[in-house]
Amino acid sequence: MPLTGLQIYKLLPQTNCKECGSPTCLAFAMKLAAKQAELTACPYVSETSKSQLESASSPPIRLITLAGDGTKLEVGNETVMFRHEKTFYHKPGIFIRLKDSQDLESIRAGAATASAYSVDYVGIKLGVDGFAVESVSGDRARFAAAVGAVAAAKNPLILMAADPAVLAEGAKVVAGTRPLLYAADETNWQQMAEVAKSTKAPLAVKAESLEKLADLTEKLQKAGVEDLVLDPLARGSSASLTILTQIRRLALKKNYRPLGYPVMVFPGEAEGVDEAVMAAQQIAKYAGFVVINSFDPAVLYPLLVLRENLYTDPQKPIQVQPGLFEINAPTADAPVMVTTNFSITYFAVNNEVEGAGWPAWLIVTDADGMSVLTAWAAGKLDSDRIVKAIKACSIESKINHKRLIIPGQVAILSGELEEGLEGWEIMVGPKEAVDIPAYLKAAWKH
Amino acid sequence: MILNRPGEPRHSAVVPLRPRETNLPMVIEIPKEKWSGKVREATLGATSAEGGTRTRTLTIGGQSAMPFLNFEGAIPHAPVFALEIKDRKPADWSPLLYDVWGDAMKNPGDWARAAEAAGADLIVLTLSLTLADGQPNGPENVRSVVRQVLKSSGLPLAVFGPGQAESDNELIVPASEEAKGERLLLGICEDKNYRTIVASAMANGHAVNSRTPMDVNLAKQLVILIHDMGLPLERITMDPSTGALAYGIEYGYSVMERLRLAALQGDSMTQQPILVTPGEESWKVKESRVGEGVPESWGDWKRRAINWETFTAAALVHSGADILVLRHPESLARVRAMVKGLTG
Repeated sequence: MPLTGLQIYKLLPQTNCKECGSPTCLAFAMKLAAKQAELTACPYVSETSKSQLESASSPPIRLITLAGDGTKLEVGNETVMFRHEKTFYHKPGIFIRLKDSQDLESIRAGAATASAYSVDYVGIKLGVDGFAVESVSGDRARFAAAVGAVAAAKNPLILMAADPAVLAEGAKVVAGTRPLLYAADETNWQQMAEVAKSTKAPLAVKAESLEKLADLTEKLQKAGVEDLVLDPLARGSSASLTILTQIRRLALKKNYRPLGYPVMVFPGEAEGVDEAVMAAQQIAKYAGFVVINSFDPAVLYPLLVLRENLYTDPQKPIQVQPGLFEINAPTADAPVMVTTNFSITYFAVNNEVEGAGWPAWLIVTDADGMSVLTAWAAGKLDSDRIVKAIKACSIESKINHKRLIIPGQVAILSGELEEGLEGWEIMVGPKEAVDIPAYLKAAWKH
Repeated sequence: MILNRPGEPRHSAVVPLRPRETNLPMVIEIPKEKWSGKVREATLGATSAEGGTRTRTLTIGGQSAMPFLNFEGAIPHAPVFALEIKDRKPADWSPLLYDVWGDAMKNPGDWARAAEAAGADLIVLTLSLTLADGQPNGPENVRSVVRQVLKSSGLPLAVFGPGQAESDNELIVPASEEAKGERLLLGICEDKNYRTIVASAMANGHAVNSRTPMDVNLAKQLVILIHDMGLPLERITMDPSTGALAYGIEYGYSVMERLRLAALQGDSMTQQPILVTPGEESWKVKESRVGEGVPESWGDWKRRAINWETFTAAALVHSGADILVLRHPESLARVRAMVKGLTG
């Protein structure tokens, strides 16, 4: 949280010595607050003040960047507890876990398949972010081979090993990229710190209590490792919710630096837990890195969409440009439909018509990015606006009929529309986009 | 237009961390919210002792913390799960739902029994606009169906109309009268149509569900209008109209979080328990209804469809849902298991 001029002033020597070039310490403080001066200009500021000023200007939750071969992932730098307060900024990374106990070919193939996985959602391509490669064997060569097999997929990696030497061996294989190293604990943090520093990679830290975690991160910071990720070992739903909430609160409300890092979770690791449901909870509630045990499109597609939805900026509903859209090269006798410019609405309608092979003209009205029903309830979709949109796109000059299909959710507008559009026949389409093809088949006669 | 600012915390005094001495562990002071308000409690169903015939009642609400943050408040009642049944076999549900409910769908009494066996805490009976032969649904049929359902299951019951103003009034009133004393939850009250339903709820001892289109102020307003008619606040649930995963879930999710924060800050007209309908919302989307001719990246149809309802519901549990109306028993089992893990 940026400090005000007055707050900064309280940390300065307050001697008005003028050596910084400003007439008073208060003037200097104001300049600092406006980022028009550097703290280094003051020769007398104390060490305590210096570190307080530094920590106050850095983000409460550190931004951690991972990199693969030409790929990147940024996590952290969140500023709110609830998305409606502003927005969530960096989507949690979803990683598929692969163990070096599997045979090399199945590791390679598994990574290739998961890496190639891509699903379209309202024009956005969603996919898995990377892989967590785990040393089960404890054997350096085996781990290195497994890392190599996964690295072929080029995604960012999380390297998991209890032995720092094994971890170092794996990191060597992907030198030049930036994997997350998992993990330092109270028994091995010094050696893990060395591996992190020599590979210049972020380091995960695990401990069973917040105090122990904070203690470790402070030690690691002092040892020169600044990029850290927390694993508070909170595996059950209640523990996960509580602890992740508390960590975020400490970072945001108290600027508590020792826990000011993204958190990683392992939704499949609790006794008898439903990994998919736990992952959904953790995506909603503050996870930064989500490591899941299995690759299943039936789980991944909805999880990726949930992540996309919750991390959408509430101020910017995804919208498409209003106007006339042509689907499947429509001719003069093709149906004319109208809908709103909310992305989900537009794509739902477009995909149904396009997928069913129907040529059609789709008029998209400007409804401030709202869905049909919401726009109607908010007064952003009514007969006047539809009439305006029809006139504006000159559809009448492109077709040889005068029939308009309106969304079933606003059937109530048909009377007014018939008055507003003289000579037009208003047809009431289905309420749900998925029923459009069947509707067209039954109702559209050329 | 904005209410008092939700999310503004009231923290306990900031206690400086004890300076670190080499052998003493420090103690981290967790910033805790100090809320001045809480969610209202509502009870559905009436046993014979209370003038009804239900085998148990259901109480929801009462929380004095955000969902499941029991380290800073009380969570006296966990969210409950309803299964939706209809007065006759629906024509347009996802094929996967016909698979799981089978012949029970042909008869509302059988369906109610099956829903109870599947673990529902509450049965939500939604009435159809028409009878099986295409004739308009009417009071006589509604009374008969409600009688059957009340006889077949001892669970608390909710009855929702088909969602069109005139029909709702025509059909909800006989249901309300037939079940007098059972403390039903009647719906759906919307700003364009609530008076008849509320009046009938008052006359027959029922509660009502008030639905608004994803807007904090509209939700509050409708509660006020309904309460102004004389219905006690303990007999009103709020339904903010949530969308399914991928189809607008985040709008309802955030409206719910804002409502719940306002409630805890003491805004009386936002303190109603919240009802959501992830079953209806998620089972009408393409991902749940269609298995052929969809992208391979969508994965296995049945698992995907159930995940759609399950994840929608799971997210809404975390944004403050007290009653979740579902359609598939597997979603119910999975989300209930999550809630058990959250409440211990």
